[in-house]
Amino acid sequence: MQIDQLAELNRCRAARDAVAIVTDLMTGEARLVTPEAVQSDPLAFFSFDASASREPVPTSLAEAIVEAFRTGKSGMVETPAGKVFINVHVPPVKLVITGAVHISQALADMARVVGLDCVIVDPRTAFATPERFPGTRVIAEWPDVALPPLGLDRYTAFVALTHDPKVDDPAILHALSKGCFYLGTLGSRKTHAKRLERLAAAGASEADLARLHAPVGLDIGAVSPAEIAVSILAEIIAAMRKKPKRDAPAKALASEVEAGSREENA
Amino acid sequence: MSTSPSLATDTDILAEAERWKRMGYGVAIATVVETWGSAPRPVGSHLIIDNEGNFLGSVSGGCVEGAVVSEALEVIETGKPKLLEFGVADETAWKVGLSCGGKIVVHVVRVA
Repeated sequence: MQIDQLAELNRCRAARDAVAIVTDLMTGEARLVTPEAVQSDPLAFFSFDASASREPVPTSLAEAIVEAFRTGKSGMVETPAGKVFINVHVPPVKLVITGAVHISQALADMARVVGLDCVIVDPRTAFATPERFPGTRVIAEWPDVALPPLGLDRYTAFVALTHDPKVDDPAILHALSKGCFYLGTLGSRKTHAKRLERLAAAGASEADLARLHAPVGLDIGAVSPAEIAVSILAEIIAAMRKKPKRDAPAKALASEVEAGSREENA
Repeated sequence: MSTSPSLATDTDILAEAERWKRMGYGVAIATVVETWGSAPRPVGSHLIIDNEGNFLGSVSGGCVEGAVVSEALEVIETGKPKLLEFGVADETAWKVGLSCGGKIVVHVVRVA
């Protein structure tokens, strides 16, 4: 590895930019690849036969690199030209929450255990006190002031928990514009339907709105604030670690139809 | 060479490798590229070595560092990368769950 490559790698890591070191293990030749440059990388044309594998595996080096960026997992890839090692350096995942509420108290503590870097934003100074959130960074400001300096990015999970559109809506729009990998929004189906109308009126696209997880959290029947925090954290981990299923849209549609018919029967 | 004991993460280790190189030392970076079984350090973990045999970081939690360091000295000397494979010497050791069980492959390159 060249010292210039090492310096560039260190610069990327300090700046929270994702980067992969792709090394040909036979020659030791290494190159730095950014997520934006994967497809144009000279190595990316390598494709290989994956039909023997039962698991869905990448069929080209480019696909393997994209997958490594998504999961944050480094690994070896066998190509027709020999073994290639992809060492992916992605920034630690950040969790940004609007709403210094009960759920956030539990969620902040659990997020720390899982290794997420958590920040809470709430302009209501009675809620956003350091005493209520020991060990967690709390910012008692409106989202338009608090969020831009936090540098939300594709390695950030965002959760809106205030129940107050004045606080949550601008924060959701900001998180969408920054490409956060997970967006969760608290509220019943009715509340959420109204929220979607407001966000659409504010210029959010249909594709953006489809990215919101609502009701927030996995459906585990959570009742208490701490249980809801578990369901939210589990949903964030799933978004972070699981491969998107190829037939996900069809399944989601099927379960919606099923839910609809259940409601009709109720 | 003196190093801070607080350097625990791979980020700091790679920054340290850059610093060593700029100070004029010969430097090699060893990286875990493959693991099987109960490997104590995940794929992507780093150990850095200078031409005097000083090292920082870990690829195995202590089991094979010595061997990696001596191989790395040769890599620093020749500039030729090495792919090192370490396995379990003792079948019983693995069965009783020693953390140094399993198998790892370590790639060592010189910083030029």
